[in-house]
Amino acid sequence: MYEKDGEKYFIVDEHQHFWNARPDNWVEGRENLAKGWIDCFYGYHQLGPPETHWDMEKYQRWTVDDYKHDVFDEGHVDVAVLQSTYLKYWYKEGFNTVERNRQIADAFPEKVIVNGRWDPREGEEGWRQFEADHKKYNFKGVKVYTAEWIGDSRGYKIDQPEARDFLKRTQDLGIKNVHLHKGPTIWPLDKDAFNIEDVDHAATDFPEMNFIVEHVGLPRIEDFCYTAVQEPNVYAGLSVVIGAHMYARPKFFAKVMGELLFWVGEDRIVFGSDYGIWEPKWQVEGFIDWQMPDDEAFSDYPRLTTAAKKKIMGLNSAKLYDIEVPAECQLPAPGTTADEQKQPGEELLIDAGLAAGSQA
Amino acid sequence: MSGVLRDAVWAALDTVLDPELDEPITSLEFVTSCTVSEDPDGSGAVAVVRLRLPTFFCSPNFSWLMVADAHDAVSAVPGITRVDVALEDHFVSEVINQGVAARAGFVAAFPGEAVAELDDLRATFFRKAALAGQERVARPLVNSGMGPDELAALRLGQVPPSQDLDRLRARRAEVGLPCGDDAPLLLHPEGEPVTAAQVPLHLRRARLTGVSIEANGGTCRDLLAKRYAATS
Repeated sequence: MYEKDGEKYFIVDEHQHFWNARPDNWVEGRENLAKGWIDCFYGYHQLGPPETHWDMEKYQRWTVDDYKHDVFDEGHVDVAVLQSTYLKYWYKEGFNTVERNRQIADAFPEKVIVNGRWDPREGEEGWRQFEADHKKYNFKGVKVYTAEWIGDSRGYKIDQPEARDFLKRTQDLGIKNVHLHKGPTIWPLDKDAFNIEDVDHAATDFPEMNFIVEHVGLPRIEDFCYTAVQEPNVYAGLSVVIGAHMYARPKFFAKVMGELLFWVGEDRIVFGSDYGIWEPKWQVEGFIDWQMPDDEAFSDYPRLTTAAKKKIMGLNSAKLYDIEVPAECQLPAPGTTADEQKQPGEELLIDAGLAAGSQA
Repeated sequence: MSGVLRDAVWAALDTVLDPELDEPITSLEFVTSCTVSEDPDGSGAVAVVRLRLPTFFCSPNFSWLMVADAHDAVSAVPGITRVDVALEDHFVSEVINQGVAARAGFVAAFPGEAVAELDDLRATFFRKAALAGQERVARPLVNSGMGPDELAALRLGQVPPSQDLDRLRARRAEVGLPCGDDAPLLLHPEGEPVTAAQVPLHLRRARLTGVSIEANGGTCRDLLAKRYAATS
């Protein structure tokens, strides 16, 4: 729990990693890709405040003790969700596999959720592995990394028949949270690889599932916002949004937050630090202190209220993951506060006949 | 002689855009070096251009467009008889450089991984830029009190001159949208006019697109600065 100015915030960090990118894990002959990947991440890392930067050695692999210090002792996080990403094309044992992330869950079983991972291109064998993992770990969510390289394939779309089949089976297992990486990708080479149309289709077809779009589709925030405003089960994951912009480009950060509040609304935005790309401490403290600038250019964006910050920093994710929130951190029951418009963008779409429920 | 020619080559590079960020590769600092020297065989002048990008994994499609456009722009400079343009420090730089130099086309350079050339992709991003540009041009007018009816009826020739207006006209011209004085200021991405009732949503969308382009440009600049901190 984080306390500031008499307000208590329950912090759920819905997007974390515990990776191994040391040279001893690089696939022979693909060292340039393995090194290029972690160097690229390190570039993003350096967009945070200088005093929070790690050296490359720690950045390539850190310890369970480091994790405890950065996330729980200093980082104000109450519950963390670790997302699994494999990247075995260039990391021998994988980047941060379920097994690797389980080291954290085993050390802090009350505070850590590890999400599973599947890839429809791995077919029945891949599915059996996922089922076996689920039996062991009782997943509440999956991370799908559609840009992963496997063999000759450079990725897939979540609305392909094989992927829909996996979504259906996932739903049948009672797993309802699907986190998608929709941020920088490189495939397919000749199209706009950041297009998020596939999420739109999947969200329509699986209304009982929640689709959390990590990095809000950056660098295509506009496509993400159009999708999210029309699909009530699509969420904005703030990983990278805060990390790459709040310190490095505060004015851009304000605009991005303004657009998200306008189109998506405070009930469907969730905090993720993307640890270890960045530590949670400065992101949690900075976001709770943050407010929309007073300049004219920001005057028609919604303000960020204390209640909205509580939702974004933890209460929204707690709902998705059925996490119990201490009474002192909860908000008053709905209906007891003034009924304000939380997502003005939806109104505009309804006027134009474009919102969910109106003629599309 | 090479000073004047070098300036001409630089001016040519100024016209090459990162279509995703809607900015010239020169102001984005993607050009590491640009030199012009006499061709050793005495037949003319050689331009050597080196390019760099913010990350090792920047999208190959946009990377290709920039290298190919730079190659074309520099080749068209009068007096330049040989061109050597190359992208460095990128995971497929060799494939791109060889493909562009051989004028092979994107599909031929990436067999099995690409099935279409990149003209549509480029057009998609010029359309986005043309959408975002409308809001930039309209914003001062809205601030001065112009309402939806007037905005919907407004023609480009009635808008006070500005750099934003010039840029909007240029992006529209690229994708074949009307850009003359009698063209409406507000147009949907595919070219249909915007009605007065649609103006508020249209301007919001245009601004959102602008925020997206701007945020990406900012992040790319920041990543480039970190990546080349030691050398620049």
